[in-house]
Amino acid sequence: MDNLIEVKNVTYEYTDEETVHTAVKNLSLNIKKGSFTVILGHNGSGKSTLAKMLNGLNKPTLGDILVDGINTKDEANELEVRRKVGMVFQNPDNQLVASIVEEDVAFGPENLGLEPSVIRQRVDEALKAVDMYEFRKSTPHRLSGGQKQRIAIAGIIAMQPLCLVLDEPTAMLDPKGRAEIVSTLIKLNHEKGITVILITHYMEEAEKADRVVVMNDGEIISDGAPSEIFKNVEQLKAVGLDVPQTTELLYNLQKNGFSVSTNVISIKEAACEIASALHSEEK
Amino acid sequence: MLKDITFGQYFESNSLIHRTDPRVKIVLMIALIVFIFVSGNMFSLLLSAAFVLLVLIVSRVPFKMYLKNMKAILPVLIFTAIINLFYGEGGTVLLSFWKLTVTTGGIYRSFFMALRIALLIFVSSALTYTTTPNDLTDAIEKLLTPLKFIGLKSAVHTLAMMMTIALRFIPTLIEEAEKIMNAQKARGADLESGGLVQRVKALIPILIPLLISSVRRASDLAEAMECRCYNGGEGKTRMKQMHTSLTDIWVTVACVLYGSFVVLLNILL
Repeated sequence: MDNLIEVKNVTYEYTDEETVHTAVKNLSLNIKKGSFTVILGHNGSGKSTLAKMLNGLNKPTLGDILVDGINTKDEANELEVRRKVGMVFQNPDNQLVASIVEEDVAFGPENLGLEPSVIRQRVDEALKAVDMYEFRKSTPHRLSGGQKQRIAIAGIIAMQPLCLVLDEPTAMLDPKGRAEIVSTLIKLNHEKGITVILITHYMEEAEKADRVVVMNDGEIISDGAPSEIFKNVEQLKAVGLDVPQTTELLYNLQKNGFSVSTNVISIKEAACEIASALHSEEK
Repeated sequence: MLKDITFGQYFESNSLIHRTDPRVKIVLMIALIVFIFVSGNMFSLLLSAAFVLLVLIVSRVPFKMYLKNMKAILPVLIFTAIINLFYGEGGTVLLSFWKLTVTTGGIYRSFFMALRIALLIFVSSALTYTTTPNDLTDAIEKLLTPLKFIGLKSAVHTLAMMMTIALRFIPTLIEEAEKIMNAQKARGADLESGGLVQRVKALIPILIPLLISSVRRASDLAEAMECRCYNGGEGKTRMKQMHTSLTDIWVTVACVLYGSFVVLLNILL
């Protein structure tokens, strides 16, 4: 698989009251086409800054970011980069522009200057992809948080991006809304092959990813498959992150002398792990 | 609920007036207002009244809704009627006290003026009841298109974008204001009692948080719009196209006919 996004030795600095802060430190990261990556990190770890650099909203102080071969520093290709890497933010209310759902979804394609009939088709497709088609005539303020966020996602996929970057899209939602968003993202990733980069601090969301990248203090501290990452319970706790409940349980059992491994995540696997440990205990 | 208040009040229906192209509707409304002002005598004004009544009936919006709008403007209406009562010329004197006299001419004039204002209100409510705010915004943008040729291209687009965003955020901000009000009440803020000055002062702890949060929202929205390839309307297309149809022609013909009768009545009588 090819790399869709290449982050090469990127450093990002910003000045706040005359002191220079480094939000991202000499970071390198490749994102493969069609992958589902979760970036974990507590507040101030630099994950949002990294996200905003991926579509050129922030430009790296040092280093380069290539999106599908285009450097984000290249002003002439700014719109092209934004179209290729769609971005969804935390607060759904502050991303919607129009007071009718379908008109909001049409905003992106309209800006691209597409033909009205093409826009219509893309809007319908995008709304169906996030299961909000029946709400197309509705107005955003009558919808739930999860529904609004799905409209925001539809507004981005109507531009047919290669990659979707979501910066804590579930932080302001209730558990139901959160589940809606995660299942929508999985569906988009599997059915439409859209590359997904999800930034979050909810562990349950990280479990579903192909790859988990943990950030702390502007650097990547671990990178790998979810089960690999969550094995290092101590390391995660040290940077202020939690582990999934199943991992936590197995970890505590292990600490208390049971011979269980902590690199399983799903409830079923965990149950099997515990059962086999109990069996060997009886023998 | 406070948040159900929207700017303009659309009433869903599929009447002839609803189906008319919003651009045509706006132009005709302006024409109608002009004709109502042109109606210089009672005959032409009554003709206008009849035409407006016809519009209201054809719009299939319950008459109750129109009266609701009228209620808000009632004080102005009564005030105008009373003032004009004393300005009538001619006719027999009915009442005379201090420096004021009421004549039959005054009664005629007072009725004339009140009817004129009422008609204006009816016409403008007919427009807002039959057109969604979004259609209105789009139509205004389209109607202002000629300004583009005198170098105001970005101004037209900016104005339309501002109206769209304002419409979108009115309910959101009302909801936010309610939340802040409740939060301040929970901390013991007294918003309901006291004189005018005190009440205005009590609003400050609500307005300041609201303002700050609006600025924050605006900056978030700007970022989100940038991410959606917004670049100030350069080369922007529209999903919804407006089409003029046969309906628009009939409605226009009706208005032109009415207008020429008004002019005719003004000349003849």
